[in-house]
Amino acid sequence: MSGVPHNPDGQPLTVDQALVNINQTTDPGLRYYAAWWLGKMRVCQPEAVAALLLALKDKTDRSPDGGYPLRRNAARALGKVGHGHDDVIPALLVCLDCDDYYVRETAAQALESLGDAAAIPALVAMVRGGVAAAVQVSGKPHLVQPYNAILETLGTLGSRDLVPVISPFLDHSVPQVNNAAARAMYQITGDAQYAERLVAMLGHDQLQLRRAALMDLGAVGYLAGADAIANTLAENSMKLIALKGVLEHQIGDGSDAVTLSAESRRVMALMDSLL
Amino acid sequence: MIAPSSNPPFEARLQAVNEADSAQGLLDAVEALADLNDRRSIPTLIQVLGCNNPGAAVAAVEGLVQIGIPAVSPLLDKLDGYNYGARAWAVRALAGIGDPRGQSLLLEAAANDFSLSVRRAAARGLGTIRWADLAAAERDDAMVRSQTVLLQVTTDEEWVVRYAAVVGLEALALQMAAPSLISQCLGQLSHQDPTLAVRARAHWAMAVLAPA
Repeated sequence: MSGVPHNPDGQPLTVDQALVNINQTTDPGLRYYAAWWLGKMRVCQPEAVAALLLALKDKTDRSPDGGYPLRRNAARALGKVGHGHDDVIPALLVCLDCDDYYVRETAAQALESLGDAAAIPALVAMVRGGVAAAVQVSGKPHLVQPYNAILETLGTLGSRDLVPVISPFLDHSVPQVNNAAARAMYQITGDAQYAERLVAMLGHDQLQLRRAALMDLGAVGYLAGADAIANTLAENSMKLIALKGVLEHQIGDGSDAVTLSAESRRVMALMDSLL
Repeated sequence: MIAPSSNPPFEARLQAVNEADSAQGLLDAVEALADLNDRRSIPTLIQVLGCNNPGAAVAAVEGLVQIGIPAVSPLLDKLDGYNYGARAWAVRALAGIGDPRGQSLLLEAAANDFSLSVRRAAARGLGTIRWADLAAAERDDAMVRSQTVLLQVTTDEEWVVRYAAVVGLEALALQMAAPSLISQCLGQLSHQDPTLAVRARAHWAMAVLAPA
């Protein structure tokens, strides 16, 4: 059935079929699904990356609000499969100027997972107006830029010289934004006061914010927060993911020579209790 | 119903569960009822498992686990009538209680359940069955059944389920006379599992089972 788009509701997709689907334009739904699937299955081969780069420039698949759904999926997938391909970072940097807020957001997240510091200047430029410019777009459920994603990526990729860029957002009125700033500040300075702001959020009234703080603490691997994570009022699944982040950060690199400190055992004992 | 002597907190808290009119209200009422650790609350706690209120269901599971053995028969009796969600919560309650009568359900759930949180709970539960409640003649076979499924579950696609299988295998090995298959499997996982946290847990289990 070569050349024939494959119905995602039928048989499981194969790599070959996904490549056929993403390279056709007759059925936008199949193309959209294939872009997601290639990332999900981490298909890193050059044909897949090339097809995703093409999808990143797509003009045909438009949502009612003028967005580019296919570009969003392609950007997300490239964050998973784009390592080691020279064209991917420049293409994602172009996406940071896209009209579609969600394309910009996904591109910033993809740049974080690809871990290339070359993205820093473009991301800094996006938040240049500081807190004063970080206002809601009228009629939309979001701010003018995807500040959470940008700040998180800067925290992961950047260093201490970004303190003046990031720290003003600690006082932003949107809790998600000042969480992202606290997370980034902790990553670039190692100063526990910023991680403790996230620990404090574990006691927030809103479940969504407690969950977000769990994910942030897991992402930065804040060991002193382990007990607070285990005691948060949220699903065990989320707490386990957060503690996994703490544990893996504690153990360090992914080498096989795992040496277990008393702290690592303590984190695992907490995880055991949540199974 | 005949008022069972002087226990107003129980009656009042039972009524609060039945009359709760919000998700938060139900959660609070179930927590209060579960705190009493009173076996008369078993039918109500089981009913809550089917309410599609995850917070309240967690509280009900905890209450049933705390009550323990007396909750097992009622849980198993109603199993066929459960919807998927309620069945998943029942598996978690049975995993927490560890009664051998729940083992076959846990074997099935650990290997095949759709939800990773159910597979996770079942895997852990397979290692912490109350083996002493079984006659000696049945015990070895039952342990081998847990072992077979847990070894299989160490290849689950979700890291947290593999992690739970390691925890289950560690607990099981501590009770078995000849846990060499488990040691061998843990040794492999400690080097080969794709997830660092699982490799670390396998290392720890090996240290527990074979102290240097």
